Amino acid sequence: MAAAAAQPFGEAWRNPSPAGVYDLAIIGAGPAGLTAARFAAALGAKVALIERDRLGGASLNVGSVPSKAMLRTARLYAEMAAAEDYGAHTPNDISIDFQAVMQRMRSLRRRIGDQVSADRLTAAGSDIFFGQARFVGRRAIEVGDVALRFDNALIATGSSSLTPAISGLSETGYLTNETVFDLAERPRRLLVVGGGPLGCELAQAFCRLGSQVIIAQDDPTFLPKEERDAAQILADALARDGVEVHLNTSVAAAHAEGDQKVVDLVSEDSRIQVRVDQILVGIGRAPNVEDLGLEAAGVRYDRTAGVQVDDFLRTTNRRIYAAGDVCLEHKFAHSAEASARAVIFNALGLRRERLSDLTIPWCTYTEPEIAHVGLYVRDAWALSIPVETYVMLMHDVDRAVIDGAHEGFVKIHMRQGTDRILGATIVARDAGEMIGEVSLAIRLGLGMRDLAEAIHAYPTQASAVRMAAIAYVRGHLTPSLKALRWFRSIRRAIRAGADLWT
Amino acid sequence: MAAPIETITADPPAEPDEALLDRFQRAAFGYFLETFNPANGLTADTTRPGAPASIAVVGFALAAYPVGVERGWIARDEAVARALTTLRFFWNARQDGGPGATGHKGFFYHFLDMDTGARTWRCELSPIDTALLVAGMLTAAAYFALETPEEREIRTLADAIYRRVDWGWAQAGKATVRQGWKPESGFLHYGWEGYSEAILLYALGLASPTHPLSDSSYVAWTETYQWENIYERDLLYAGPFFIHLFSHAWIDFAGLRDRFMRERRTDYFENTSQAVWVQREYARRNPHGYLGYDQDSWGLTANDGPGSKALWVEGRKRRFFSYAARGVPYGPDDGTLAPWGPLAALPFAPDSALLALRQLCDRYPHVVEGSRLPSGFNPTLRDAGPDGWISEGYFGLDQGIVVLMVENHRSGLIWRLMRSCPWIGNGLRRADFRGGWL
Repeated sequence: MAAAAAQPFGEAWRNPSPAGVYDLAIIGAGPAGLTAARFAAALGAKVALIERDRLGGASLNVGSVPSKAMLRTARLYAEMAAAEDYGAHTPNDISIDFQAVMQRMRSLRRRIGDQVSADRLTAAGSDIFFGQARFVGRRAIEVGDVALRFDNALIATGSSSLTPAISGLSETGYLTNETVFDLAERPRRLLVVGGGPLGCELAQAFCRLGSQVIIAQDDPTFLPKEERDAAQILADALARDGVEVHLNTSVAAAHAEGDQKVVDLVSEDSRIQVRVDQILVGIGRAPNVEDLGLEAAGVRYDRTAGVQVDDFLRTTNRRIYAAGDVCLEHKFAHSAEASARAVIFNALGLRRERLSDLTIPWCTYTEPEIAHVGLYVRDAWALSIPVETYVMLMHDVDRAVIDGAHEGFVKIHMRQGTDRILGATIVARDAGEMIGEVSLAIRLGLGMRDLAEAIHAYPTQASAVRMAAIAYVRGHLTPSLKALRWFRSIRRAIRAGADLWT
Repeated sequence: MAAPIETITADPPAEPDEALLDRFQRAAFGYFLETFNPANGLTADTTRPGAPASIAVVGFALAAYPVGVERGWIARDEAVARALTTLRFFWNARQDGGPGATGHKGFFYHFLDMDTGARTWRCELSPIDTALLVAGMLTAAAYFALETPEEREIRTLADAIYRRVDWGWAQAGKATVRQGWKPESGFLHYGWEGYSEAILLYALGLASPTHPLSDSSYVAWTETYQWENIYERDLLYAGPFFIHLFSHAWIDFAGLRDRFMRERRTDYFENTSQAVWVQREYARRNPHGYLGYDQDSWGLTANDGPGSKALWVEGRKRRFFSYAARGVPYGPDDGTLAPWGPLAALPFAPDSALLALRQLCDRYPHVVEGSRLPSGFNPTLRDAGPDGWISEGYFGLDQGIVVLMVENHRSGLIWRLMRSCPWIGNGLRRADFRGGWL
C-alpha cells in the first residue's frame, strides 16, 4: 500500500507499493545511499531507497555544499580587502551583504540538489520510500506501515552533530552545522566550540564576512590530527584573518543575558567570560544508529563508533552492510561514496572489495586548504615503517607565487629506501585539487619516479607534486646516472686545472 | 655525496676572527656578571626591569663561569663563590610544589622570583629547563675539580641535586616525558613531539641512578621525528633554530649516532650543519619579501619580536608577533631575525657564522652596539629605528648559547667537560648512542 510522505522542497510524494523482495534495500539517501542506489540499479538490481528527511544527506544540505559556498564568497571578500597585494585598488566601500551570501548558498544548494530528485532516482530504477525505516527482522524493514523484504540491505544513515555537555548551553541556544546555514543575520560575535575541520572552515568564513570569531577547543594543539606544520600554517592564517584561537580551553557554562550569550571559558589555570551573539558547536559527529531496530536485525553497533562492520563492510548480519558515516571513522561524503561502491560489489557478488584497500583523501577547505591521503608519519612509525619525507615549498612553485598563494607545502611520505609512497599532506590554496594526483599514485602503486615523469602544464600549482618527486629522483640516482655525474664532476675539475692526485 | 656546505669567499677582514669572537663572547659573558643576585645565586631571564630568574639561564650561567675563568674574565674564587651560592640555593629551596615553593620532585619551576626564589608567573614545573639547569651544575662540577672545601661542595651538591630529580615521574605513565606540570592542574596535556632540544633531557634522565626515565622513552620520542628533504637537503627537521643548538651546547654529537641517525648514516652534529644551510637558503629565498634577509643574514628561532599586532608596511598588511618560536621553512616568520643565531652556529658552520656576524656589524651597527646581541631585530619595521625594530634589553638564553658555542668552537671546553661527566655518557649509551667520543 502506498503511503503519502513529504519530499524535500515541499513537493507531495506518494510511496510506491513494495515490489516483492528487493535485491538491495538502502536506508538513508545521503552520499552513500544515493551512490549505492544508482550503482545497483544500473547493474539491474531491484532497489528500495528509504529516506526519512531530505535526499542528499548532510553533505548536500548542511555540510560540504553550503559551507563551501560560503567560503567562496568569504574568499572573495578577503581578496578584495587584500587587493593591493595583487596590484589592484581595494574598493573604497566593501560592505558585506550577509543575506546575499546566504541566498547564493541556498541557490547553489538547490541547484546541486536538483540533480538528486526522487523522480530521477525512480527513473533510474529505484523505488523511493520516504519515512522512518526500522528493521523488523533479519530480512525485513518497516517504513510506516509498509514492510519491505530484502536479500541484502545497506545501512547508510549518516551521522549527526555531537552536542557537548555544557551547563546551560541548551537553554542559551546554539548552532550546529545543521542550523548554522539557516541564519538570517550575520552574528557580530561568534564563538566556535571545537576546532575541527568544519569549525575552522566556518570560523574563517564568518570572520572574513565580518564577524568577530573566537575558537575554543579543549585540545592543547590546533588541529591535533593533522601534521604539526600544516596546523601551524593554518593557525597563522586564521590569526592573520583575525580569528582568536583559545587552545587547551573548554567551555564550562553558558547563559543568556538579553540578546547576548555569555560563555565561561576555562583553561589550565584561568577562567574568562566572553559575550557573543551566537555559539556554533562543532565538536564532531555521532553515527545515526538510533530507532533503526538494529537489534531485531542482529546488527551489532556502538553509539560512538557506529555500526560494526568487517573489512568487507558487512555487519554482524551477513545480509546487511553499512557504508558512510554510520560506520566509518573518516566521515566524508567521498569516503561514504567509495564505501558504498564497495558494498555493491560485495553484496551483489561482483567482486570482493576491502575497506582497507580504499585510498581515501580528505581536505579541510580553509585558506590555505589542508589535504591529506594515506599514512601520517606517526602512523608509519606505529607500524614500524621508517619514513623519509620529500618537501616542496609552495614559495618555490612559480604559479603559487604568481597567484599570491605561496603559503604551504607538498609533503610526500615515502617508505625509506624505496620508491613506495605511504602518504602525503598538501597545504596550499587548492590543496584539495592537488591531492588527487598522489591519491591516484597510491591507488595504482606508482612511485616518485612515475610522478616525476608525468609532465604538468606550466605554470600550475599542481606541479608542486612533480617537483617533490623530482627532488626524490635527484636523491636516488640510478648507479649509471651516479657514475655519469661522477665522471662529469671529474672532467670539470680537470678542465679547471685541479690536481687530482694531491 | 652531498655538496659541500661551506662555499664562501670573503675579503680579508679588518679585525681578526679570534679578536672579533672574543669581543662578542666576552660581551655575552658580561650578561651573567650583571644579572646575578649574590644573595641566592639566581640569574635573571632578561635585563628588563622586574624580570624573574629563569632556571635555564641559571644553567647557562653555571656553564659559563668555567669559560670566564679560562678566559680571565672572572677570578676562579669569584666563580666558585657564585656557583656555590647557586647550588646551595637550589639544594635548600622548598621542594613541596606548593605556593612559595621552588620545585617539586627534584624538578624546578621555569621562572622564579629573583629575590625569594619562589615560583612566579604561575609557570610550569619544567623538565627541559631543569635539565638545562642541571647540565650547568654538572658542567661546573666537572670544571671545579680542585680538592678545596668549596669546590668539593660544588661537586657534592651538583650530584645530589641531579640524583634528587625524579625523571620517571615526569613521564606521568606515558611513553615520553611531559612538557610540564602545574600544581593547579597537574601535567600539561602534551608531551614532546618531533625533534627538539630534549636529547639532553633524555640523556640525563636515562642515566639517573635513582629515578630514571623508562628504557623505551627515548625511542618513543624519536619515533615522532620527521626526516625531511627540504630544498633538496636531507635533515631531521625542526623549525626554530635553537632546537638544533641547545643540547649541542653541552654534548659534542660529532660522530655520535643513535639508531635513528645510524639508519640515515649521519649524526646530530652534521644535522645542525644542514639546518644552517636550510636557514640560509630560506633567508636567501625570502618568500615573504622581508627586508634584510639574505644567505648571510638569517636566524629564525624562538626569540623576542615587535609585539602581537598587524601593521601596514609599505602597502602590505604584515602581522607581527611578540616572543614566538619562529622557524623555517614553515614559519611563523614575521621578518624578525635572531642576531645571535648565526654566531651560535659557529662550531657547525664557522665560515657562514663569521660572515653573518661581520655582515651584521657592517649593516646594523645599532644591533651590535656594545657587542652584545639582542634577542631579535626586524629590519622590515624601518620606522622603528635606523636598523629597524630592535628588541629591548638582552635575554639570558641568547647570551648563554653564544658563550658556550663560541667556546666550543674556540677550545671545545664545555664539550670536554661534559665528556668527563659520567651521567652524560651513561645516558647516551642507554639511548643507544654509539661512536664518536663514546
